[in-house]
Amino acid sequence: MKIQEADAKTLLVAQGLPVPDWEVARTTTEARAAAERFFAAGAGQVVIKAQVLVGGRGKAGGVKLAGSPDEAVAVADAILGMDIKGITVRKVLVGPAADIVKEFYLSAVLDRAARRILLMGSAEGGVEIEQVAEERPDAIVTVHAHPSLGLLDFQARELAFAMGLGGHLKTAVGIAKGLVRTMRAYDADLVEINPLAIVREAAADGAAVERLVCLDAKVTLDDSALPRHPELERLRDPDEEDPADREAREAGLTFIKLDGTIGCMVNGAGLAMTTMDLVKRAGGEPANFLDIGGGARADKVAAAMRIILADPKVNAILVNIFGGITRGDEVARGLIEARAQQERDVPMVVRIVGTNAEEAAKLLAEAQFETAASLDEAAAKAVQASHAAEARA
Amino acid sequence: MSILIGPETRLLVQGITGREGEFHSRAMAEYGTPIVAGVTPGKGGQQALDEGVPVFDTVAEAVRETGANTSCIFVPAAGAPDAVMEAASAGIATIFCITEGIPALDMIPAVELVRSLGSRLIGPNCPGATSPGSAKVGIIPGSIHREGRVGVVSRSGTLTYEAVQAMSDAGLGQSTCVGIGGDPVIGTTFLDILQLFAADPDTDAIVLIGEIGGAAEEEAAAWAGEHLRRTPMAAFIAGRTAPEGKRMGHAGAIISGGRGTAASKASALEAAGIRVAGSPTELPGLLRDAGYLGRMASRSSASDLGGRKATQS
Repeated sequence: MKIQEADAKTLLVAQGLPVPDWEVARTTTEARAAAERFFAAGAGQVVIKAQVLVGGRGKAGGVKLAGSPDEAVAVADAILGMDIKGITVRKVLVGPAADIVKEFYLSAVLDRAARRILLMGSAEGGVEIEQVAEERPDAIVTVHAHPSLGLLDFQARELAFAMGLGGHLKTAVGIAKGLVRTMRAYDADLVEINPLAIVREAAADGAAVERLVCLDAKVTLDDSALPRHPELERLRDPDEEDPADREAREAGLTFIKLDGTIGCMVNGAGLAMTTMDLVKRAGGEPANFLDIGGGARADKVAAAMRIILADPKVNAILVNIFGGITRGDEVARGLIEARAQQERDVPMVVRIVGTNAEEAAKLLAEAQFETAASLDEAAAKAVQASHAAEARA
Repeated sequence: MSILIGPETRLLVQGITGREGEFHSRAMAEYGTPIVAGVTPGKGGQQALDEGVPVFDTVAEAVRETGANTSCIFVPAAGAPDAVMEAASAGIATIFCITEGIPALDMIPAVELVRSLGSRLIGPNCPGATSPGSAKVGIIPGSIHREGRVGVVSRSGTLTYEAVQAMSDAGLGQSTCVGIGGDPVIGTTFLDILQLFAADPDTDAIVLIGEIGGAAEEEAAAWAGEHLRRTPMAAFIAGRTAPEGKRMGHAGAIISGGRGTAASKASALEAAGIRVAGSPTELPGLLRDAGYLGRMASRSSASDLGGRKATQS
């Protein structure tokens, strides 16, 4: 699960990492109040950042500076309601603009191949790390955390020196260890600080001091671990979750919407991807990925059908079940029931093999469903039905 | 012979008294797998599977009393990493963890402990393995197999069944079929299994079924290109139409930062001389093109297959 920058920063602060102050505003009034507070505290400018779960918000105009409370209102007004890659901006983060001396990159990520937490650091911050990895791989420093002890002090020191952060050693070590601690505390897949920055600030006596701080934060959480972190579940952003996604999640289905016209209902993730691929190969476009899971019962099948049909572009449905734990006859009963209730008449091609396939075939034949023996045949028939529907429309 | 499981397997089931554990233990026993023990903490002294299998409180006790050498884990996600570590600590050589939905970071110390103790973990989030004719551990339906000499390795569950069924229908039997699991942190990789198949005298050809996410297929392809040039191989990669940045059901099936795509995996395999099928049904044909003629195992015959097909479809 992705969470917003402001929520990610809250988690970092809870783990003791240095993050400059911020506030979240949902209206221009809230943005003005926040800006006034930061200006009163001595900020020369404030930064206003769109809170959306897609990358590239800066390029899209979702990050801007303001030099006065009035300007902050104007900027917030422009950003709130803005469309960034299909997502409407509903809140902004307001904070004092940093006087950046130098930017770095630091992240902790799950390294699948090594089966360890990997720390990646670079003195080239503020840019896409993938780009740095491609163009100058030697500019990235990496270290693996110990599988049970986490990141050790000497590892954090090595990383800090290699990144050129020797002048801020103590803070850099604290941040590097803090990233691993954050990852483990909340079961994150990724904790990314980009940029990590040395900023110039005014001390109490007015003298300029340099400080290492986390200017941006990106955290993604492991969905499998959410049941044991109920407090993180509320960070799920209802503004950015599609209603179909929510219904699928609540029904225990894995659903991902795509752009095509052929709705797919499959058991098993690998087979669900394969079904989409074969639809495409047969000349059609899959409308979704949908895995009904193992041992799916009639009610799950009915929910899956509702979710698929809620997409107005769907003009044909392909059901592909390879029964193992899942019993074919139960799926067939679910399909018959779901079709009786469905409001929109969409042609359906059903292929059920494996456990109790014979009973399923009998039930489907009685209910006059279009069936197919092989996956290739099922995909071809579904594509044909979809094209026929397009021709009629 | 076969890999991972075979006639020498003495199976212990952790979580045998649970609903899933009991259901699949029955299917494994029916297939002919010798289940020598079950473990459910607090139910030691009971008997499972119609009084046929003794239940113990701990894996250590079960191993001591029965000589179990292989374990199959059906313990819920919260307790599964501990079950894996308990099995390894008790000296179980081969551990299959079927459980789905284990937090990825929980598996890091578990995998490390298994490795340090010299055991092997398959999974988690895997369907298990079958060595047709001798043993089946996990949840793969026994009916789809046919005895033979093709090794099958996959990250998936039902997609594996699809591919195995296509092979059996085409008369190509299997030495061992292994599902290594769809999670990001797993105990045994494609490469590990390829190395086992390469050393198995009863495996003559290999089918690899991968999917988007990670780079394990690429790693396996690079090794196969160097060491398995003479072994007929074919592959299939699921997720050509998967969008970037979305987890496609399996926790590990995600394209991120443009990496882990089906195209990248397919081209790594092709570069290693391994043909990649456009559909699982093409796998038998590609194996034949690669020079595998499908020497029949002695105990299966075309008429067996005909009978099986009739009941399957």
